[in-house]
Amino acid sequence: MTTTRHKVTIKGTKDGLVFFMDDTCSFDELIQDLRNKVENSHQQILTGPLIRVTVNLGYRYLTDEQEQQIRGIIRKRGNLVIKEFVSEVISREQAYLEQLASQIRLEVGTVRSGQVLEHQGDLLLMGDVNPGGCIQSTGSIFVLGSLRGTARAGMDGNEDAIVAASQLLPTQLRIADVISRPTEEWLDQTTGMEFAYLKDGVMNIDKINRLHRIRPEWKK
Amino acid sequence: MGEAIVITSGKGGVGKTTTSANIGAALALSGKKVCLVDTDIGLRNLDVVMGLENRIIFDLVDVVEGACRLEQALITDKRFETLSLLPAAQTRDKSAITPNQMKKLVTDLKTDFDYVIIDCPAGIEQGFKNAIAGANRAIVVTTPDTSAVRDADRIIGLLEKEKVGTPKLLINRIRPQMVKNGEMLEVDEIVNVLAIDLIGIVPDDESIIRSANRGEPVVMKHDSPASLAYRNVARRILGDSVPLMNLNQQTGIFSKVKKWFGMG
Ligand SMILES: Nc1ncnc2c1ncn2[C@@H]1O[C@H](COP(=O)(O)OP(=O)(O)OP(=O)(O)O)[C@@H](O)[C@H]1O
Ligand SMILES: [Mg+2]
Repeated sequence: MTTTRHKVTIKGTKDGLVFFMDDTCSFDELIQDLRNKVENSHQQILTGPLIRVTVNLGYRYLTDEQEQQIRGIIRKRGNLVIKEFVSEVISREQAYLEQLASQIRLEVGTVRSGQVLEHQGDLLLMGDVNPGGCIQSTGSIFVLGSLRGTARAGMDGNEDAIVAASQLLPTQLRIADVISRPTEEWLDQTTGMEFAYLKDGVMNIDKINRLHRIRPEWKK
Repeated sequence: MGEAIVITSGKGGVGKTTTSANIGAALALSGKKVCLVDTDIGLRNLDVVMGLENRIIFDLVDVVEGACRLEQALITDKRFETLSLLPAAQTRDKSAITPNQMKKLVTDLKTDFDYVIIDCPAGIEQGFKNAIAGANRAIVVTTPDTSAVRDADRIIGLLEKEKVGTPKLLINRIRPQMVKNGEMLEVDEIVNVLAIDLIGIVPDDESIIRSANRGEPVVMKHDSPASLAYRNVARRILGDSVPLMNLNQQTGIFSKVKKWFGMG
């Protein structure tokens, strides 16, 4: 038995184990204690059937490397499965990105030939995008109007992004790196609001009332 | 203080010069003092269409460069009395003047005339920038074909950016039979895409070509559909609410376009 204060406290809950990680000590001390607990002590709880583990970091910020190191140690126990890392803090960059992504930008007007409307995050245009005009964003694009020009959603590679329009009649669509042009039948058949999305890297079109089935995770 | 209206299009050959000549002449026929300004330096046409080519002594570039006074360059059209033309230079190019010089010139003209009608060259470069510099409003001319409409859309975007009011749309050279057969864009299709108000529709009409060759705008004779169409455009500029011409003798088109003029 050591006399030093525990850096890692393990508690059992209904959902498995929670590893509470001290957020005031150094990372090395934390790792040392974690290794010690997982490899030497606590044998009785850390054996047996599969157990889900939540790692609670408190106010400690982990780099990707540090997170990998912790995962590596915990994974050494074959029966431990890491469910998630919980932390009270995120990086400034991530905070900014999350803020952008949570905001939907509203725009009004017509995007005419030769014009580009661009945004980081989701974009809602109340107006038309004319042939020769372009609307693009890192998130999803929603057009309350006719989309006759080009739309590029998920510009930074987000394959979950969609492009929706009251009249989806684009010259060209892009989501992440997938480029698609509408076929004649598509243009002839369009009625009502539709959206384009990627499934297994292929562009698909569906009616807006089916969006909740295709992106159930967007439902609050 | 008068008003300056630029007639522009993006695409060439859609009828800017024809429209400038006829709107100018029709406004003059209603008793307004009108000055036509040809800004198509190097490719001037307006003087020919107006039949005034042989009276040119000085031109727009001469005025801007101070080679003559403004009044010396203005050609009064004897057929109308209240109509004058400021011709473009033929031996120079678009870079011979600047938007600021143009603005000053148009401001000077507006003190003497009720309407200054500016005929814009095709394109979106220097000539276009000069032409719109002094304008209070704009009329965008298009023909009912996809590429002309595309270019009109581009021009409308540029005009909105330059804050030349919201332009009005004139659709020229409509051939009702082709529209009926689905071989030509329909008026409401075009208005739908461009999302601006219509100021007139002009049929494709041989009398335009004949009158251009004679140097007499069609509005001077009251016997052709294009003549009536252009006189209607002039009346709308003056604030009358004139219904659109019924080009294919069908009821329906009128009730559809009524709302664009707010006549309910
Ligand atoms: N409604 C019409 N019906 C028949 N012919 C027309 C009509 N409008 C214009 N035209 C013809 O089309 C040709 C081009 O017209 P115009 O010169 O007015 O065009 P523009 O737009 O000024 O051309 P540019 O871009 O070269 O300046 C002319 O020969 C003219 O007579
Ligand atoms: Mg011309």
